[in-house]
Amino acid sequence: MGGSGLVVRDLSVGYGPVRALRRVSLEVPEGAVVTVLGSNGAGKSTLLRAVSRTLSFHGGAVTEGTVSLGGRRLDGLGPDRVVAAGVSQVPEGRRVFARMTVADNLRAGALRADGGRAGRAAALHRVHELFPVLAERAQQRAGLLSGGEQQMLAVARALMAAPKVLLLDEPSLGLAPLMAERIADTVREINTQGTSVLLVEQNAALALRLATRAYVLEVGEVTLSGPAAELAASDEVRRRYLGVVDEDAAADAEQAGGVRRTLTRWKG
Amino acid sequence: MSTFAEILLNGVSLGSVYALIALGFVVIFRATEVVNFAHASLLLAGGYVTATLHDDLGFWPALLVGIAGAAVVGAAVEFLVMRRYRGADHSVLAIVTIGVDILLTTELTRRIGTDVLALGDPWGDAVLALGPISLAHTRIAAFVAAALLITTFLLAFRYTSWGVAMRAAAESAETAALMGVRLGRVSLGAWAVAGGLAAVAALFLTVFPTPGLERATSLAALKAFPAAILGGLDSTTGALVGGLLVGVTESLATGYQSDLTFLGRGLGDLAPYLVMVAILLIRPAGLFGTKELARV
Repeated sequence: MGGSGLVVRDLSVGYGPVRALRRVSLEVPEGAVVTVLGSNGAGKSTLLRAVSRTLSFHGGAVTEGTVSLGGRRLDGLGPDRVVAAGVSQVPEGRRVFARMTVADNLRAGALRADGGRAGRAAALHRVHELFPVLAERAQQRAGLLSGGEQQMLAVARALMAAPKVLLLDEPSLGLAPLMAERIADTVREINTQGTSVLLVEQNAALALRLATRAYVLEVGEVTLSGPAAELAASDEVRRRYLGVVDEDAAADAEQAGGVRRTLTRWKG
Repeated sequence: MSTFAEILLNGVSLGSVYALIALGFVVIFRATEVVNFAHASLLLAGGYVTATLHDDLGFWPALLVGIAGAAVVGAAVEFLVMRRYRGADHSVLAIVTIGVDILLTTELTRRIGTDVLALGDPWGDAVLALGPISLAHTRIAAFVAAALLITTFLLAFRYTSWGVAMRAAAESAETAALMGVRLGRVSLGAWAVAGGLAAVAALFLTVFPTPGLERATSLAALKAFPAAILGGLDSTTGALVGGLLVGVTESLATGYQSDLTFLGRGLGDLAPYLVMVAILLIRPAGLFGTKELARV
């Protein structure tokens, strides 16, 4: 443990008096896809903010523990230095710069990339190959793209910095299943090109298919961890995240469908 | 008709100077979301440096030092004061700038005293006659300089990495930080640019037909506030249009003052604010401002 890759050790985070993470440890080995599952408020986004050093925007702070990449400590750096060190994040809810063009969004992602003009051109080429639609829409304002396209742009923007590790916060959130599937394919593609991925998701089925290793976060603590396949087979995860409940809900919905009422004109 | 054209042209020239000030104001607001009430004192500082140095250095070097000086003062305010409050509420920061303004203005007015300082500009009171219309050289210089500076600025804003970082930070500071934008530098740069632009504006606010730099010059600079506000605080286009609108309004109100005596004297000083109020009644976010959007 602890050599290459992104290593989080005993990380605790508080927002004022509220403890959001409690001694969380996890590792993203070089070249791996690792997923962190958990429900709303489990501390998934907090974890990514702690790695990217943007907790201060939310009044939070790391109270103990370390984050390092390839043996180099990241905690204590500014957010820009984390990007320069090779960790880029795709924040939850996409957060594209809506008033800027697609091309300028991509430029913004490359501001901290080294490698100069040639490096930027190579990154842009790679991104356009992954997402041809972004080349077509280069001069369009990002706010005018569809949700799926915005998610592509958000991923592409993070890739412009040519990161060693890509942090993805709920990339499938609010997307149609087909689009979520496309994003999943892209994540796989990005990974085969040599970028490690830390994927935070509520869509456990999708995440567990992509990842080799998974962690389950509950109320700020890692409660389960192991190879993704093992977790996918475990009763605990199946019950909580993979949809026994969902199957029930689907059955309920189907039943309800039989007696579906249509809205009629309200007659006083 | 010729008086009207003359008044209009003078107004456009004056407006372009206001636009310079308003632009600096908008730049700081966009980069940091702080309303900078210390802007007028930055302008006074730039003008003062130029005024004290032009005898020894000559006008052009003195102007450059004045621009650099105001940029340094702006950057210093950001670095020494605003940065300590980072993360504080934006309205708190705005009030901090009022404090900074009082400090700077008090010191500068103490130094200036009751003097009227000349900035030693080369244009003097020369007048260019174009048929029936006569225009002071200073007014032409003001317009040309403002147009050049504003164009340069807008191009840089659009095409350079600095501009991309600035716009990204303006849209969302946190996301910009995630992309590796150094927010401290963006904010420092904004204050420096605003200071530099204000110093140029100081020159053109104090040349002919104005007697020179005096304590009241910072009051003249205040007219850029309605310009920035009626244009929309977060819009560079708005700053330009607002500046021109205020300049032309003021010029017209002053020029036709004799026909408007039933309204009393000094309408020229009041008119910009009347226009601002009228526009805000119809468009609360200003002409080009972004409407406050809340996602539910």
